[in-house]
Amino acid sequence: MSADYVLETRNLVKEFKGFTAVDDVNLKVERGTIHALIGPNGAGKTTVFNLLTKFLTPSRGTILYNGADITSMKSAAIARKGIVRSFQISAVFPHLSVMENVRIALQRKEGNSFHFWKSVKVLDKLNERAYELLDEVGLKDYANALTVDLPYGRKRALEIATTLALDPEMLLLDEPTQGMGHEDVSVVADLIKKVSANRTILMVEHNLHVVAQLADTITVLQRGAILTEGDYETVSQDPQVREAYMGVEADDEVAQAIAAANVAEKANAAKGGTE
Amino acid sequence: MKINKLYLFLIVVALVAPSLVYPVFLMKLLCFALFACAFNLLLGFVGLLSFGHAAFLGTGGYITGYLMLETGITPELGILAGTLGAGLLGAIYGKLAVKREGIYFAMVTLALAQLAFFFYLQAPFTGGEDGLQGVPRGALFGLIDLSDNFAMYYFVLAIFIFGFWLIHRTVHSPFGQILKAIRENEPRAVSLGYNVNDYKWVAFIISSALAGLAGSTKTLVFQLASLTDVHWHMSGEVVLMTLLGGMGTIFGPLVGAGVVVSIQNLLSGGELGNYINIIMGVIFIICVLAFRSGLVGEFQKLMKKNFN
Repeated sequence: MSADYVLETRNLVKEFKGFTAVDDVNLKVERGTIHALIGPNGAGKTTVFNLLTKFLTPSRGTILYNGADITSMKSAAIARKGIVRSFQISAVFPHLSVMENVRIALQRKEGNSFHFWKSVKVLDKLNERAYELLDEVGLKDYANALTVDLPYGRKRALEIATTLALDPEMLLLDEPTQGMGHEDVSVVADLIKKVSANRTILMVEHNLHVVAQLADTITVLQRGAILTEGDYETVSQDPQVREAYMGVEADDEVAQAIAAANVAEKANAAKGGTE
Repeated sequence: MKINKLYLFLIVVALVAPSLVYPVFLMKLLCFALFACAFNLLLGFVGLLSFGHAAFLGTGGYITGYLMLETGITPELGILAGTLGAGLLGAIYGKLAVKREGIYFAMVTLALAQLAFFFYLQAPFTGGEDGLQGVPRGALFGLIDLSDNFAMYYFVLAIFIFGFWLIHRTVHSPFGQILKAIRENEPRAVSLGYNVNDYKWVAFIISSALAGLAGSTKTLVFQLASLTDVHWHMSGEVVLMTLLGGMGTIFGPLVGAGVVVSIQNLLSGGELGNYINIIMGVIFIICVLAFRSGLVGEFQKLMKKNFN
């Protein structure tokens, strides 16, 4: 059975003056899966994201989306094609209301975004859809709040609602749970699971619990190159990965995190079995 | 409802004002207020600091002045030509400038505006250092003689209200929503699929055309187009007006222009006239240090704190 890839990179390279941040990366993201990109700090995960969405221009290599070469397209055009990304810090419009945030995304397909002579009231017909989206992420009651006043976890939920408003085929999430407390992490993880239906998700994530819980495939990056790839079981057993993560300093915390994640996953699996 | 009452009140004040205050002063105030509002569209609602808006004010003024002197067209056509000319220049400058951000955007606009300044200094039809003097006001639609200051005032008021309305509409339009999104978080706007440079460009054109409208009107009021209007001092003054009044507020630039023009008028005659730049400088420093959101911005905060 030949796999169906939504996004594919071929020999992707990014060089900054004498330093290779991304080195010959061949990434294949299968349709309908959640694919995680992990690796130690400075491994080039975010750079790969920036290359895929053209916030950076690759030095060499090609990017294919549904088989078509998108290497030379601009960021905004890639977003219109159906690949929408998030950022490490929550990407919202802080001094607009929660509702307005979602409407900015919905507005694009209306084709009136250059109409400076029309009243903003023409956008009111989008409200219903905006409410639906906010409801989906549990923000319906905050529709009229100013975004800057929301707690961090809710901002990220809003970001997801805004992204969903574009109905993208593919989501690129850059550390969606970064900087969150325990409760928020599980809320957002559930949300990602929920929105992954009929979509492909590529995510950078440090939290290995989340990776273990969500990812179908994991690619481990180290110093800009792919170290290994596979499902969680395979990757977490790989001695190279263990070394990459623990390095010479033998960081116990990470080892514990991996072990804990293993336990959590087994517990989850067991729970799934009894249900 | 409350806002509508405020507008109604302001219009009534504007209508009776010329019987109480010298109309030429009021016209000057309205011209600068329109200029500052046009500038604020970029700074306050897109987050772009243009340091070359004098180029558009001056271009509008010179085109209108030249046409009124040489061809004898009616004033409304002269103003229209000045506005379109400034808009066209804005389209060219804007296309180049929006490729850059932050301080680089400001520097590019300043450099381009200096280009315009030296062009107007050297060009044969601008009168060089003397400027274009004795520009006739003409008769509106060939009917209403504008040499009468009262008639001229109501014409200027109508132009101002139109310009103010257009800016207000732009800010509160689907287009304005995208501008605010760009101001708030540009990378996110890109990632949602918007070509942000195109939006900035259109906003730049609207802003420069309205700055040109202000310049054209000002030329008719003073019957003079001069290098003062294209000098970089003028670009700086509009920044001061906007910051003092409160950037990103609808009424801020209006209030800021009012304060600056009043102070200048008050001092220029008296013995403090020589210190005018020092006084403006001190005001600017106080404004930046003590009340960043400007007069209107601070007032709004106060209202929000005490009456919510």
